[in-house]
Amino acid sequence: MIHPHDSVIVTTLSRLLIPLVQLYALYILFFGQYSPGGGFVAGVMLGASLIFAILVFGPDAPASALSRKVLHGDGLGLIIFAGVGGLCLIGGGEFLNYASLSVPGLEPDARRSLGIVLTQIGVAVDCAVTAVSIVFSLAFIGHEEDSHA
Amino acid sequence: MTYSFELPLLALLMITAAGAILVKDLISAAFILGTYSFFLALVWAWLGAVDLAFVEAVVGAGLATVFFLLTLFQTDPEDHHIRRTRPPLLALVGLPALGLLLLYAANDLPEFDDPTSPASVHVSPVYLENSLQDTRTPNVVTSIIMDYRGFDTLIETAVIFTAGIACAALLRRTSA
Repeated sequence: MIHPHDSVIVTTLSRLLIPLVQLYALYILFFGQYSPGGGFVAGVMLGASLIFAILVFGPDAPASALSRKVLHGDGLGLIIFAGVGGLCLIGGGEFLNYASLSVPGLEPDARRSLGIVLTQIGVAVDCAVTAVSIVFSLAFIGHEEDSHA
Repeated sequence: MTYSFELPLLALLMITAAGAILVKDLISAAFILGTYSFFLALVWAWLGAVDLAFVEAVVGAGLATVFFLLTLFQTDPEDHHIRRTRPPLLALVGLPALGLLLLYAANDLPEFDDPTSPASVHVSPVYLENSLQDTRTPNVVTSIIMDYRGFDTLIETAVIFTAGIACAALLRRTSA
């Protein structure tokens, strides 16, 4: 069981830091096409910021409400990734061949770029949800699980 | 001095790796393992694999340490049952010999920044020359793992998802 941290310094600093970490994770996610980064790192950083909220404020606090809600999205990232592949099938190409992504009015290379962005979002969602889910699993070994499902 | 950066880095890596194994307190071991990951991330960055360095720093040093600590908080942070027996004579003789053999074999590897090495003349030029036109993505690593090797990445994502599901299935039991 994780108890809320009682130090004012830690809670104040984490209130400042958590949005910054999330902002940086989004930057890494969407700038991963131009600089080092990408879906995996961004997802893990998003997950780490949510875990940070759980560790500092406790799993029941209002500040970690997002971390509890995220748990319901298990598998969503995989669906996004595979769904992009399915959209390519609908567009008449092979599975995950983004050049035939069924988005009208785009050149093939722009479609590829869009496909990379969408799949990276999928990977990021998957990583973030899995990280938070594992932390919840580890934190409640042997405890009655009442409202954190 | 040619190796003024590599040699201290290698020494720090070996010290932290040995420390993570030898230390008795398992919470300290988890933290030392995190330090090891940071040094490893420096190695990746030094070799030019900045994406990999990023992943190592975030996953190895950040997330894995949190997982280790949470596990230790749920169990006993100090393991009294670790008995360190002397390694057998065969291991004491054989493993250094194997290491020397590997070092000897490493002599035949191409130089690290050699543009004519087999690895950098066979496949990588195709990606380096075509990926920007193909995908409008300047970061070649991203275009390879997300587009050229998209199916691999899909399966990796499935592996991560499976890990989360397996943890939940094993550990979250309402009636323990």
